[in-house]
Amino acid sequence: MDYKLKTPFTREDLKDLKAGDNVYITGYMYTARDAAHKRLVELIEQDKELPIDVKGACIYYVGPTPAKEGQALGSAGPTTSYRMDAYSPQLLDLGLMGMVGKGKRGPEVIEKIVEHGAVYFAAIGGAAALISKSIKTAEIVAYEDLGAEAIRKIYVEDFPATVVIDSKGNNLYEIGREEYLNGSNK
Amino acid sequence: MRTIDASKITSEVKRLVVEANYFLPEDVMAALKKAKENDDWALSQDILDKIIQNANIASDENVPMCQDTGMVVAFVKIGQEVVIENGFIEDAINEGVRQGYEEGFLRKSVVGDPLDRVNTKDNTPAVVHYEVVPGDKLTIMVAAKGFGSENMSRLAMLKPSDGLEGVKNFILETVELAGPNPCPPIVVGVGVGGTFDNVSLLAKKALMRELDKYNENPFYADLEKEMLEKINALGIGPQGFGGKTTALKVNIEYYPTHIAGLPVAVNINCHATRHKEVTL
Repeated sequence: MDYKLKTPFTREDLKDLKAGDNVYITGYMYTARDAAHKRLVELIEQDKELPIDVKGACIYYVGPTPAKEGQALGSAGPTTSYRMDAYSPQLLDLGLMGMVGKGKRGPEVIEKIVEHGAVYFAAIGGAAALISKSIKTAEIVAYEDLGAEAIRKIYVEDFPATVVIDSKGNNLYEIGREEYLNGSNK
Repeated sequence: MRTIDASKITSEVKRLVVEANYFLPEDVMAALKKAKENDDWALSQDILDKIIQNANIASDENVPMCQDTGMVVAFVKIGQEVVIENGFIEDAINEGVRQGYEEGFLRKSVVGDPLDRVNTKDNTPAVVHYEVVPGDKLTIMVAAKGFGSENMSRLAMLKPSDGLEGVKNFILETVELAGPNPCPPIVVGVGVGGTFDNVSLLAKKALMRELDKYNENPFYADLEKEMLEKINALGIGPQGFGGKTTALKVNIEYYPTHIAGLPVAVNINCHATRHKEVTL
C-alpha cells in the first residue's frame, strides 16, 4: 500500500502502516546522526531541556553534503541506523514517533517501537541526489559545531520512504526476504 | 628520468575526487542496468530503477550521488624514473583532496583522532598506498570510500585446513551479517593470502577492478562467478527488502602466503562504487 503522511505523527496516524508499505511524508522533520543523538541523550540523563521538541517528531538519520546555490540541502540519503540504537529508546520514551534511516535495528529499539506505536522507515541508501529533491527548506537548530552532523529542521514534501518496522514490530528485512525466497509475488 | 610538478598532482586529484562523487563509473551503471533486467522481483526492479535515476540526477546536475562522499583512498603507481618537483607527493595529494572537497560541495567526513573525534573539516588526510613500478609514468587512482559498507567488512586468519570451503563460508557469512546495512546491491572485494596487513589491501584493490572484468586466473574467475551466484541466492535483495540482486559482482585477488596461514578479507562496497584514475 502507498500512504501519504503528515508530521508530526500520532499513534493513530501510524497504526495501520504495515512493514513494506511505501509512504510519502510531508511536513517538518529533524536531521540527526550519532554525535547529535549522543548530546540529546546526555541532556535527557541530566534532566535538561532538549533543543528540539521530540513529541510526535520524525528524525531523519542523515549528514548531508553542503548545499549548492538553489538547494535547501545538498545530497541527503540515509545513514546506517544501528549506530543510533544506543540512543533511540530514550527518545522514543519522550514521544519520538518516526525514525528514517537504513539497515537493521536492535531488539531494544524494536521493543520501544511497539510499546509506543512508533514506526521505523527506510529511505533508499545511496539515492541521496534523488531524495534531496523532496527537501524544500533546512535550518540548523542545534549543534552547529558538528557541521554535517548538526541538527537541522527540514521541511519535506512527499519524502519517499518504506515502512521497515511497523508499530506491531513486523520487520520488512525478515518478511521481504522470506516472501522472495518463498517465491510469492507481491 | 621524467619530472612531474607537484601542483599537477594536486589539480588532478582535485578533479578526480569531484568526478568520482558526481559520475558513477560506466561499468557500475551497466551492471545496475543488467541487474534490473535479470531481476524479476517487482520491488527489486523499482529500487534498482531509483538507484539508476539517482546516478543520472547526480551526473546531470553535478551533485554527489551519495551524501557519504567518503574517505579518500588513493592508489599511486609511481614509475621509478619519475621525479616529483616542487613539493612532497603526499602533501600534493592531500591538497587536491582539500580543494576538491571544498570546491566540489562534498561532505567532510574525516575525524583527526579516532577517539576524540574532531572533524578535520577538509576531508584530509587521505589513505595513500604506493607502488613503485618500472617506467616513467605516474598513475593515481582515487576511491571515495563510504563507511556504511566499510563498517560491514571483515578479516579472518583461517587455518590451511579450512581451505576453499572456509573461504567461501567466510565470504557468505560476511554478506549475511551485513544484510541491508551496506546499501545493497553491493560489490564484494575479496583478498585471499598474503599477510594480515596485505590481505585487506588485496580486498580493497579487488574493489577497484571494473565489474565487467574477471580475475585472469580461471580458477579465481570461476570462484568469483560461483560466489556471486551464492550471494544472490541469499534473498537479501536491493536495500535488504528481499530480492535477487544482493550483489553486482564479486572480485577476488590473491597472493602467496605462509605455510601456516590462510588469511581472507572481505571489503564491501555499496552500489555507489566510486573511483577515478589518471596517468601522468
